[in-house]
Amino acid sequence: MSANLSAIFYLISGVLFILALKGLSSPKTSRQGNVFGIIGMIIAIVVTILSVGNFSTGLIYVLMFLLLGGAIGAFIAFKIPMTAMPELVAGFHSLVGLAAVFVAISAFLKPEVFNLGMPGNIKIVSLIEMSIGASIGAITFSGSVIAFLKLQGIMSGSPITFKGQHFINALIGISIIVLIYYLCVTQLPNLFWLIILLSFLIGLLLIIPIGGADMPVVISMLNSYSGWAAAGIGFTLENTALIITGALVGSSGAILSYIMCKGMNRSFFNVILGGWGGADKTLDTKNSEQRPVKSGNAEDAAFLMKNASSIIIVPGYGMAVAQAQHSLKEMVDTLKNNGIKVAYAIHPVAGRMPGHMNVLLAEANVPYDEVFELEEINNDFANCDVVFVIGANDVTNPIAKTDPQSPIYGMPVLDVEKSKSVLFAKRSLSPGYAGIDNELFYRDNTLMLFADAKKMTEDIIKNL
Amino acid sequence: MEIDPFIFRFSIFILSIFIGYYVVWSVTPSLHTPLMSVTNAISSVIIVGAIVASLSGNNENLFNLSNILGLIAIILAAINIFGGFLVTQRMLQMYKKKKKDK
Repeated sequence: MSANLSAIFYLISGVLFILALKGLSSPKTSRQGNVFGIIGMIIAIVVTILSVGNFSTGLIYVLMFLLLGGAIGAFIAFKIPMTAMPELVAGFHSLVGLAAVFVAISAFLKPEVFNLGMPGNIKIVSLIEMSIGASIGAITFSGSVIAFLKLQGIMSGSPITFKGQHFINALIGISIIVLIYYLCVTQLPNLFWLIILLSFLIGLLLIIPIGGADMPVVISMLNSYSGWAAAGIGFTLENTALIITGALVGSSGAILSYIMCKGMNRSFFNVILGGWGGADKTLDTKNSEQRPVKSGNAEDAAFLMKNASSIIIVPGYGMAVAQAQHSLKEMVDTLKNNGIKVAYAIHPVAGRMPGHMNVLLAEANVPYDEVFELEEINNDFANCDVVFVIGANDVTNPIAKTDPQSPIYGMPVLDVEKSKSVLFAKRSLSPGYAGIDNELFYRDNTLMLFADAKKMTEDIIKNL
Repeated sequence: MEIDPFIFRFSIFILSIFIGYYVVWSVTPSLHTPLMSVTNAISSVIIVGAIVASLSGNNENLFNLSNILGLIAIILAAINIFGGFLVTQRMLQMYKKKKKDK
């Protein structure tokens, strides 16, 4: 296959990938979009195999490994529970990163295969491109592995910080740039290995200080990195499909990071340079330990709900942990059968990744037109009788609107306090990830339901 | 003077960033998780590099380091491609079911 013809096919697959993302603008067109994405991928793979034109035993290995990886991927895709999506996405990011590193190394070892010059005499532009691709790929890999471990709970979700952290990171970052410069000058393989090694290291160091609840930002950021890594490799291989895709994924992840940061009213750098819930955490919690709260049981909750005419449900990470989405849906169905209006309100940073709550509710068959974003529903809290907060905390804290001293001041929050009564299904009074007390717990119209979210929901159903 | 092909690729890159920017802003927030899994799947198009790398040798030295790295990268990318698209499909299927129920 001629180079021009395959370039046109790569362009087509790039366009199909754009359509795949475009399809996600509405649930109705989304499945079609996914099919476009699959077709684009098949075109890219087939065209590559044809244009290499090497139908030796090597090809059998390629197909074998392709199917082996495919089988593993398919198995994971069908087995994974929806609550584990954040871990899965983090894990997948790490694979893209590592694949980018391997492809870059392979191109460095055998540049003649990719028309990049000869070993020891690689074109400068290509050398820069593959170093950047390998470096970002390595950062994506090690960063995603840490994110995965934190999400899985294998590694503590609390931020791990040490003195001089930012200084070390900056030093490594500068070293990588300097090394790329010297690599171009000297073409020494050892410099290339060192660049990759340092990139792995900085990926670890960047993610380790970030707390579990900042994961929505981290995952989006790594998503973006995996795109830039692919684009870097795309430049090396002079492959349009890879460049287009890399740019798409890179900007997609960047936008998601931006949305997540805005949802917490924090700057991107603030998140990256170390999390909330650090040193000042203990200060805030101590002075409000002994305040009285009203706590109730499932019976009280059911009573309040039965006498309400409209209810808004605010799910959070706790719902995901307790896997309470199915019983929640059952509860809502019972309420709706009694003629009560029910809607769901979702904060942008609820859960551990963008759209986390929406997927869980979708899994439980909640119609998507009952699920509302913050801006859409925030005015409705004033006219609502009962708010049922299940596993959320900070995103409802009115202190974000009133206390400029608070770390979450200015964060957009759901105005749950405006409703007639608030039910909090929560395991304890412990503060949320921001490490601050929620003013709402102590209000007269708040009833705390201390239990596991799933068990509480089931008990409420029994009492309805 | 000839324009360096790099400039052409760079132009494609910059324009694609803009396309990505506008397309992704139009994605509905409720589909942000499928967005992440599908971007994950499509970024594994890096597999084309892995295929070229693993087919580079001739039959005598099929297993030099460069080829082996290519083959490993194929596995990694293939896990992502199949896993990413299928899990996206699975999620989007759930959004469909709801519509029918109504």
